[in-house]
Amino acid sequence: MLKMESVSKDYTLRGKTVKALDGVSLEIARGDFVSVVGPSGSGKSTLLLILGGMLSPAAGRVMVDGKSLYDLRPEERATVRKKTVGFVFQMFNLVPYLTALENVQVPLFLAGVDDRGQKERATALLERMGLADRLDHKPTELSVGQQQRVALARMLANDPQVILADEPTGNLDPETAQSVLSFLEEVNKEGRTVVMVTHDPKAAARAKRMLRLCDGRIASDHGAASASALDTY
Amino acid sequence: MQLKTLVWRELFERRNQLATSFIAILLGVSVIVSVENITVYSEKAVAKELDALGANVLILPKSASLQTYYSADMQNEEIPEEYVTRLVLSDLKGLDNLFPKLSMQVDVAGKKFTLTGILPQDELKAKAAWKAGDVFARPPLCVGDAAPAEPTPSKETQFRRRVIQKLDAAEALVGAEVAAALKLKPGDTLQLEGKTFTVSTILPETGTVDDSRVFAHLHTVQQLAGKGPVLNAIEVVGCCKEISKGLVQKINKLLPDAKVVTITQIVDTQIKTNHMMAQLSWLFLGIIVIVGGASMANYMYANVYERRREIGTLIALGAGSGVVLRMFLLKALLLGLGGGIAGYVLGTVLAVILGPRIAGVIVLPLPWLLLLAVGVAVAISLVASYFPARRAARMDPCTALRET
Ligand SMILES: Nc1ncnc2c1ncn2[C@@H]1O[C@H](COP(=O)(O)OP(=O)(O)OP(=O)(O)O)[C@@H](O)[C@H]1O
Ligand SMILES: [Mg+2]
Repeated sequence: MLKMESVSKDYTLRGKTVKALDGVSLEIARGDFVSVVGPSGSGKSTLLLILGGMLSPAAGRVMVDGKSLYDLRPEERATVRKKTVGFVFQMFNLVPYLTALENVQVPLFLAGVDDRGQKERATALLERMGLADRLDHKPTELSVGQQQRVALARMLANDPQVILADEPTGNLDPETAQSVLSFLEEVNKEGRTVVMVTHDPKAAARAKRMLRLCDGRIASDHGAASASALDTY
Repeated sequence: MQLKTLVWRELFERRNQLATSFIAILLGVSVIVSVENITVYSEKAVAKELDALGANVLILPKSASLQTYYSADMQNEEIPEEYVTRLVLSDLKGLDNLFPKLSMQVDVAGKKFTLTGILPQDELKAKAAWKAGDVFARPPLCVGDAAPAEPTPSKETQFRRRVIQKLDAAEALVGAEVAAALKLKPGDTLQLEGKTFTVSTILPETGTVDDSRVFAHLHTVQQLAGKGPVLNAIEVVGCCKEISKGLVQKINKLLPDAKVVTITQIVDTQIKTNHMMAQLSWLFLGIIVIVGGASMANYMYANVYERRREIGTLIALGAGSGVVLRMFLLKALLLGLGGGIAGYVLGTVLAVILGPRIAGVIVLPLPWLLLLAVGVAVAISLVASYFPARRAARMDPCTALRET
């Protein structure tokens, strides 16, 4: 499903070059649930953005369903993001001037679904998230947990095969965090591939596989199909 | 949801920041519209006025300014009425008719109108009666179209020919616009400066300043004005042949303390004024393009910067750069449309209100100016927003998403 081949990425800031990713190779099978952990600045977010077609690597290839993502034209890459990938952010990134319903409608609109279809699907998704009575609330009129649930509904809108979540529980209280994790497990059971960056060891442990990044390299790979990657720490 | 829903919602989300650039465009457009609107009517009025006018020479006070033809008989200075007698008794050839006038501002029901005193023909003739070889023995108009077929033409017809035969001291002829504003009909009474007039005739609409005037007997107006037997102007119908033979200079010699000008001279000034107005509207166009455009571009850049997280999110959700570009350009288009339409409305209102005061003409809305207004506003808005929109479309979504 997802494959990285010696992917490197470095940032140059005021003459200094930082290696965010340093020759990372990995393969994620369809339907896997991978957590990515590591110290701050180890390249976790960078890895996720590169997997999601948002950031071109300096070297290496990223394959999604056998297609080299960064050899596609930008508009084709946008289509991959639209159809195949669902993002969840730590800051939720809801559009502030749109209601909950409209926020969920955005990816459907981008995918060219008609108005009625958008409303039906968005309403169903928000009902699934227990927000049936919050459809017309703007993000500021929702609690933090409710905002993240709107973001989760939005992520599912186009029925993506791959879900990329960057610290989806980072801003939530433990209870809400639990429900978000359960939700990710649930969609994983539906057959979607989930890659989740987290700082929380307990959350990370709930994944089927755990990648540890350090200084832009994979330091360990727990629970992977290949036993050779077992953690030695 | 469509792109326009998205754009529309955002537009109303940040109204305050929007206001400045929107107002810049709105004001610019309304100034262009009103200047253009007034110019058009002013030009039309010149043509009409020239057409309708029997007189071709004006006798004015020495200090008279000739800014506009329309106010030529509305000077602050006066000339003595005795000039009329002097002209009548002179041996000048080619004086076909004389119309002495005195105008004053009057307030009726809170509105300002002009009351113009005119001298009816019979009294003018009386002035000349005791002179042998009376000037008015000749037909009153050069071309001789005094309509002998009609023994007593109606006051309206008389007025149109600018030859009112008889006028009572308390009689008023009311211009079409005044009549409409005050809901007057013949037979009504009208209080002006404490004097009661009887409306004898509502004058047909002429499209000239006469529409917003009330005409009454010269001597009555002189009493109301309280300045003695004076005039603001004497309109003279001179025979074209005699004018070319130096009638103006001859009148000037006879009345050395007055200013004698031909209508063409005055209209020339008006045409120059119109020309200046036209140039002024170009100047304003330049100003609005620069000020409105810069303010718009500035706002758009700020808007793009402020919304970088939102743009990053949209890109993550699958928006291509085309969608982002269109989102900002559509916003610019809406702002341009709004600014253009509002600018047209405001500009037209300004023109209708200010037209009579600035240029002395009645101004009506011109629908084609809406196209001009919208065209200008949309063009400025789109051009000014293009580079900010392109910046948004090319934005690196990762940087935007990473910031907390
Ligand atoms: N736009 C950028 N310009 C310069 N350097 C950057 C940029 N983005 C990231 N970096 C650097 O790249 C490295 C990896 O960043 P990344 O955001 O992937 O780390 P992370 O593992 O997600 O950290 P955290 O756990 O704090 O979110 C860091 O050293 C960071 O300073
Ligand atoms: Mg991160």
